[in-house]
Amino acid sequence: MTSASDAQTDRSVLPITERYTLIGWLRRNLFSDAFNSILTLVALVFLFFVARNLLRWAFATAEWGVIPANFNLIMRGQYPATEAWRLWLVIYLLGAVVGVTWRLISGQFSGVARLLLTIPFFLMLIPFFSMGTRLNLFITAVASAAGYYIEGYLPIQRRGRAAVYFILAYLVIMLLLLRGFGADDGPMPPVSPILWGGLLLSLLLAFFGITLSFPLGVALALGRQSHLPAIRVMSVIYIEFIRGVPLISLLFMGQVMLQLFLPDGFPLVDRVLRALVAITLFSAAYTAENVRGGLQSIPRGQYEAAQALGLSAYQSTINIILPQALRAVIPVLVGQFISLFKDTTLVALVGIFDLLGIARTILANPDWLGTHQEVYAIIAVLFWIFSYSMSYASRRLERRLGVGVR
Amino acid sequence: MSENETAGEIIICQDVCKWFGDFQALKDCSLRVKAQEVVVIIGPSGSGKSTFIRCINRLEEHQAGDIIVDGIPLTRDVRNIEQIRSETGMVFQQFNLFPHLTVLENITLAPIQVRKMKKEEAQDTAMSLLNRVGIPEQADKHPGQLSGGQQQRVAIARSLAMSPKIMLFDEPTSALDPEMIKEVLDVMQELAESGMTMLVVTHEMGFAREVADRIVFMDAGEIVEVGTPEHFFTNAQHDRTKLFLSQIL
Ligand SMILES: Nc1ncnc2c1ncn2[C@@H]1O[C@H](COP(=O)(O)OP(=O)(O)OP(=O)(O)O)[C@@H](O)[C@H]1O
Ligand SMILES: [Mg+2]
Repeated sequence: MTSASDAQTDRSVLPITERYTLIGWLRRNLFSDAFNSILTLVALVFLFFVARNLLRWAFATAEWGVIPANFNLIMRGQYPATEAWRLWLVIYLLGAVVGVTWRLISGQFSGVARLLLTIPFFLMLIPFFSMGTRLNLFITAVASAAGYYIEGYLPIQRRGRAAVYFILAYLVIMLLLLRGFGADDGPMPPVSPILWGGLLLSLLLAFFGITLSFPLGVALALGRQSHLPAIRVMSVIYIEFIRGVPLISLLFMGQVMLQLFLPDGFPLVDRVLRALVAITLFSAAYTAENVRGGLQSIPRGQYEAAQALGLSAYQSTINIILPQALRAVIPVLVGQFISLFKDTTLVALVGIFDLLGIARTILANPDWLGTHQEVYAIIAVLFWIFSYSMSYASRRLERRLGVGVR
Repeated sequence: MSENETAGEIIICQDVCKWFGDFQALKDCSLRVKAQEVVVIIGPSGSGKSTFIRCINRLEEHQAGDIIVDGIPLTRDVRNIEQIRSETGMVFQQFNLFPHLTVLENITLAPIQVRKMKKEEAQDTAMSLLNRVGIPEQADKHPGQLSGGQQQRVAIARSLAMSPKIMLFDEPTSALDPEMIKEVLDVMQELAESGMTMLVVTHEMGFAREVADRIVFMDAGEIVEVGTPEHFFTNAQHDRTKLFLSQIL
């Protein structure tokens, strides 16, 4: 390492031909001395065999037919095909939300947003997609652009509020569309959440798990610092209990025990909602601990300055303490949310057909015996795409907010 | 108490005691400050100067004695505490500006939140205060982008935005590079001349001599001697005062 960085700093004294050429770079970074060269060669041989076997498997051995044949199942589980248009509507509107958000924070954030806009076009290239699917993807891209331009017509000072209203409205509309309402033979027949599945369900569980557990976690973190002993003790007991229990046991408890805590006839009947409750309660405890770390990083002088100005405890928490504490823990929180997203796969063990649950159903089908490698590979890739996007977006956000810079 | 209360005494401290665990940081401290008076508190490190002025706006809680600020007794009653705090500005050694807000937002936050002032009005006040402390051009920067002297002037403007009747200063220039001390002292002097009641902990003897109406010398948690600057610098009575002055002058 030292030799490489020395070489970096001394670049200007190298002979001109070696300064910026590929060979010069190779020599400086990979073959700077005998030991380094041996390491490089060993790594190359290893990479070669891994890559060769992987490619051979992907292009020669693997039976990819299982994926197109079960694509709808992987994407939306048992959600009825006749109602699939509702899901597309949800996706169009999501595109519009992305467009609006892009306009709102364009400038510093445009890299991520541009990437998001290209996604529908990339997906259109997938060979086995029907023309209908491609058209739907195209409409999604158009909706993004429309959201972007319409937001642009608003005066700047009203854009923030408009975007917030739009997103809130989107959440309500999304749930109405997914769940449906009215009579079974009406225009929007209800679809029980137990039929939701696949990627759709994984994303919904993660999204609502994150958005519901976040405020709860912040409240618990503040409760843990409260000067009211009752609140403090209850917060500590809750956090420490949840953190001492594996998520899977909470999921089972949610399935069999939740009704003990709810009034008779409470409509929390379906399994998916129970799982969501368990996930939310679980995640909130970890959010609380992470936020507590942020709260502890705030110097005492900040509290004192706020007090000296006459701000109430509530006012100083909202305006001074939380904004700084949350900013400091964005990286940790995003890490936690990514693990939450991956942990949602545990719901497969309580009979819910998320991505992993769907994978197991497909593999149990005699038509697709022996396609484990293909199915699990695709599931892994799907998880990777979303996890990586989250961590990429968070790094951009950190840079924009100047985390670590005071 | 009330029979002793003379009109015009805006801070009354009577036999104030404060313990940190077993350690007594303030021992029967009594002091009366008249409106528009400038009182400078001096004393060796650890003598309780900060603790004393921090008791006056309840950043520390005193355990015995009485503190009355502008007629409001300082008790456990949260309403009294909040009222006293909103009439009392405080400037800290480490500035304690809010790093995530701009200079303008630092200054307008409390007027908007506590005084329920309109945003535009608060901003106008903030700009005129920034003019007063001499840095109107820094309004949209964040505190981290300013020099120490500029930050402390913003901190003073932030306190003034609440239109306090009393300003407390805890070593406002101790964290500053020498070349920035004067710009802050100038602002404080202007404030004193405008009639603000000020309680200032400082080691700046030049400021004390020129601006203070009275000087308070504290040592080991006690108020040892109180008098005019002239009294102090020519005719100090106590040995401890003389020793301290001989060490710093
Ligand atoms: N939070 C605290 N807990 C325990 N002891 C404290 C605390 N704050 C102050 N003290 C002690 O009380 C005494 C007075 O402290 P104070 O900060 O008021 O001194 P000071 O005169 O302001 O000194 P300096 O000039 O160093 O700022 C010191 O001995 C200090 O160690
Ligand atoms: Mg001090």
